[in-house]
Amino acid sequence: MDITLDQTCVTSEDVVARIIEDELIIVPLVSGIGDMDDELYTMNETGRAIWSRLTGEKTLRGIANDLAEEFSAPQEVIEKDLLGLITELVRRKMVVVQ
Amino acid sequence: MSEQGTYVQKLRPHEFRIWKNKKPLLGQIDIELTERCNNNCLHCCINQPEHDVDALSREMSTDFVKGLLTEAANLGCLTVRFTGGEPLLRPDLAELYLFSRRLGMQVILFTNARLITEELALLLAKYPPGRVVEVSVYGMSPDTYDRVACSNGAFVEFRRGVDLLLQHKIPFIVKGPKLNFLKEEQAAFEAWAATIPSMEKMPGYSMNFDLRSRRDDQLKNERIAKLRATPEETVAMLSRSPLYLKDMGQFCCKFMGPPGEKLFSCGAGHGTCVDAYGNAQLCLPLRNKESVVNLHEVTLKRALEESFPAMREIKATNPDYLRRCARCFLKGLCEQCPAKSWMEYGTLDTPVEYLCDVAHAQARFLGLLNEEESAWEVEDWKERVARFVEENWPEGKRTA
Repeated sequence: MDITLDQTCVTSEDVVARIIEDELIIVPLVSGIGDMDDELYTMNETGRAIWSRLTGEKTLRGIANDLAEEFSAPQEVIEKDLLGLITELVRRKMVVVQ
Repeated sequence: MSEQGTYVQKLRPHEFRIWKNKKPLLGQIDIELTERCNNNCLHCCINQPEHDVDALSREMSTDFVKGLLTEAANLGCLTVRFTGGEPLLRPDLAELYLFSRRLGMQVILFTNARLITEELALLLAKYPPGRVVEVSVYGMSPDTYDRVACSNGAFVEFRRGVDLLLQHKIPFIVKGPKLNFLKEEQAAFEAWAATIPSMEKMPGYSMNFDLRSRRDDQLKNERIAKLRATPEETVAMLSRSPLYLKDMGQFCCKFMGPPGEKLFSCGAGHGTCVDAYGNAQLCLPLRNKESVVNLHEVTLKRALEESFPAMREIKATNPDYLRRCARCFLKGLCEQCPAKSWMEYGTLDTPVEYLCDVAHAQARFLGLLNEEESAWEVEDWKERVARFVEENWPEGKRTA
């Protein structure tokens, strides 16, 4: 599935996100998220910054704009990162495209 | 902000960075949901009758357990183990299970499987616990199972429960007690266990049974003592594994040496077990009133940060303990601990003769002790351990 910047996304209700010691930890709640039932997931800094914004209120482009401003980073780099992450999260059923 | 590589990292709990440089305040919480059980196993150290009114009336409420789970999750806890008694006797088990999962905790469920229902199996299939269910098995036939469990019809219910787990593809492992009258069934048990998809190794056995952990039944204690594996049987059972010597080499490399006068050299108090009535214990079997914290009065955080560290500083005063256990290098082989001492003698620092005999038998088998030697009298123990490690786990020589 191709993800575009005009889409909106929300985090899936099939996972639970927890912050422990400043680390974002994603705990699958239902089967089929990972290969093994005892797997947990964590994200890099990019992932953490994006995850909290996946509320469905803004398009991915809107989120990219916010991040570019917050991190003073080039828009195209942010957009590439964002689409990379969202593609991965959708594939892992951690995020739903609305 | 661009970073190379994958955005999402898949890890097992122990691989997370947060646990790498320090111990979590609470990595796992054990909660005994009830001491009541629908079995009345001959060797059990804790069970109360299924319909025991007093036990039932004192058990934690659903809301109290949920509060505990929430506090545990807020402390970073990633795993809860529900045990008992038989935790499935609680009508709110499914509710507590789902509550834990929604907090983002993985659940380890200890059960005899007799009360697994279609509904519960469906729940476990839809929301997998994240950890294997652990099923205790007390025999491979109605005759033996019901005899160990002292409960007619128990075997049939157990098999029905296990079949539901298999049918719904819920990962589980099996384990059992090593009792002499189950000896004839051991091969059948192990062959059956090998057919269970999630069994990655041989089933675990308990054989050096604990006495009643509330010191509540002298008659049962006498029976349990008779059911225990002798030191020789223990050694024979342990040494069945072809990896035994290598494993012991690795183990000895890390854990041998006199513990000194401090009683808690184990992991007790780094985490907790909450009993059925809301008391936080340093470890699962240590229930004497002076070393538990009432969580109806004190927060879990305070128990972990203040009460337990203070308790862990307790030192032995029993001269016999100081002469023997404090100076004994078999720490890694011996199950002597304050909990075992309390269960056997009602004090925290009395040498448990049975455990001492088991540890010495093992040490003699491994060549760490000669006949008639007592481990606390050995002066060259470091050389003996180093020699043993070198012979059986050469790769560990550098760290020995």
